[in-house]
Amino acid sequence: MTGDAVSARGDDGGGGAVLVLRAASPLATVQDLGRVGWQRFGVSVCGATDAASLSAANVLAGNPPGAPAVEFTLDGGEWELAGAPLCRVAVAGGAFAIAVDGRPVASWRSVTLHEGSRLRIGPAPDALRGYLSVAGGFAVALQLGSAATHVRTAIGGLDGRALRADDALPLAGGAAGSAPAGPDRMLDPASALPPRTLPVRVVLGPQDDYFTDEAVAAFLGSDYAVSREADRMGYRLDGPRLAHRDGYNIVSDGIAAGSIQVPGSGQPIVLLADRQTTGGYPKIATVITSDLAAVAQSRPGDRLRFAAVPLAEAHAIHRAWRSRLAGLAGRLTPVRGDLDSETLLTKNLIGGVVDARRA
Amino acid sequence: MRFLPAGDAALIVEFGDRVDPALNDRVLALDAALTAAALPGVVETIPTYRSLLVQYDPLEIGAYDALVERITALAVASPEGAAAGAGAAVSRQWAVPVAYGGPFGVDLDEVAARHGMTPEQAIETHLSGDYRVYMIGFAPGFAYLGGLPEALHTPRRENPRSRTPAGSISIGGIQAAVASMELPSGWHLLGRTPVRTFHPGRAEPFLFRTGDHIRFRRIPHDAFEPLAHRAEQGEPVAELLTAAADGQGTT
Repeated sequence: MTGDAVSARGDDGGGGAVLVLRAASPLATVQDLGRVGWQRFGVSVCGATDAASLSAANVLAGNPPGAPAVEFTLDGGEWELAGAPLCRVAVAGGAFAIAVDGRPVASWRSVTLHEGSRLRIGPAPDALRGYLSVAGGFAVALQLGSAATHVRTAIGGLDGRALRADDALPLAGGAAGSAPAGPDRMLDPASALPPRTLPVRVVLGPQDDYFTDEAVAAFLGSDYAVSREADRMGYRLDGPRLAHRDGYNIVSDGIAAGSIQVPGSGQPIVLLADRQTTGGYPKIATVITSDLAAVAQSRPGDRLRFAAVPLAEAHAIHRAWRSRLAGLAGRLTPVRGDLDSETLLTKNLIGGVVDARRA
Repeated sequence: MRFLPAGDAALIVEFGDRVDPALNDRVLALDAALTAAALPGVVETIPTYRSLLVQYDPLEIGAYDALVERITALAVASPEGAAAGAGAAVSRQWAVPVAYGGPFGVDLDEVAARHGMTPEQAIETHLSGDYRVYMIGFAPGFAYLGGLPEALHTPRRENPRSRTPAGSISIGGIQAAVASMELPSGWHLLGRTPVRTFHPGRAEPFLFRTGDHIRFRRIPHDAFEPLAHRAEQGEPVAELLTAAADGQGTT
């Protein structure tokens, strides 16, 4: 399996430098910032469900923010470096329990692996999805202009599928380009990343007029629990039933990221990265770009609450969010050698993020 | 025409809420005009039966109201010329081979019986339609078609199938479809085409565009496999009867 994956992409310039998935993650796919320009042909955008965290992992690894990285769910499995003496990697998205050859390492930082090193990525208390980046990025063939994987239609990533044990992802930088320049770096997510706080902000529409006034009020005034039907395509929520004025079938129209469609059951579904391009259910509201991560990082049983913002405010929030992401590289700080103080800092960060999420 | 917000990075220009070729003409005309205008910050568009989703980058569009004004001006300028203007760019005619009935169309007999027809009559009726690609959605290259003869209008199945074959030629309600890949479906399967409307390895991965016209052409069952093999190799297999004036359309 390993040999196949490498030889199939033997001309990537990597010279056999690979990161091998030794112990599988519950769900790991190659993602970038999504596939642009093909929605008119029914192709889902895909890409990271938490774009800010993917960008952070890449910036930590010294890459452009949208380089192909691995998005994993719950835990990131175990990886081994092969074919390169050194490789800088970075994990972001939450306070994942990371260990390199059994030695604990904080999340939200880069770390340099040696050939044969094992990188173990355990679960995080404050996040569902994390991102693993390597310096120089992964060498994955682009399909329709993007490395993003859509498992449902077998497009992108590694053969259009989720990663499994013994998959080897070639390093685009090869043995030389994956080695670190300068010290490892870290980010303080509390100050560098947009906060993942509740309520989740939405812009009402495009079809809020298909719902009764009571339904709109209930949607904005109630807690909704994340159901077990929650994946990269969408999150079905459990909460007060949202009544349509006249039926729940519309002639299909386009679906934006974060659209909240309400089928006949009256239970809303937030549509995320792997969403279909068109659909025939009325959409009561749309989660704004900056707050998509708060939905995608929640897990079944978590409670969400929504708040409507006017469009002009949504645009202002968007600008601030993008500005924050554009400034990520400027917020990198060198990792200190002192593991104890690093561990302390990590604990503080976990506390801060959890408080914000549960506020 | 209404502008509906779809979050902070997309808007929907809604021309109506019905399945209507005149509405779809206006959608396609605006889509073509927007593509030609190349407005700063417009990332991509999704044309549907009756609306156009415009995805934009809030950092690049300047003032939102100005974007809405520009789109309005393009839409107002194009409706009269919709059929002529956009039509010239997008109206292509395809002949699509279909193997009907038997293992290729497991619902043919039932659909025919429901409408008091013989299977042959149902096939003839389906073949008589002049279909139009209203929308590509649901899955890569999945073509929603208008133009199904009324005699074949059939409510969807009560129990959708979790898997239907790639290339399924199906009908549901007043619509027809050409499926691009193996998909779940609640529609009735009349036949199968060897054509691959989506082939990632082909120079043009997608065969059909919104606004294209389709005629089905019956092939014998034993012609299916050889054609499917050629389609697998990247041949269109479907025949382009008339090409668009500009050859490119709105992509």
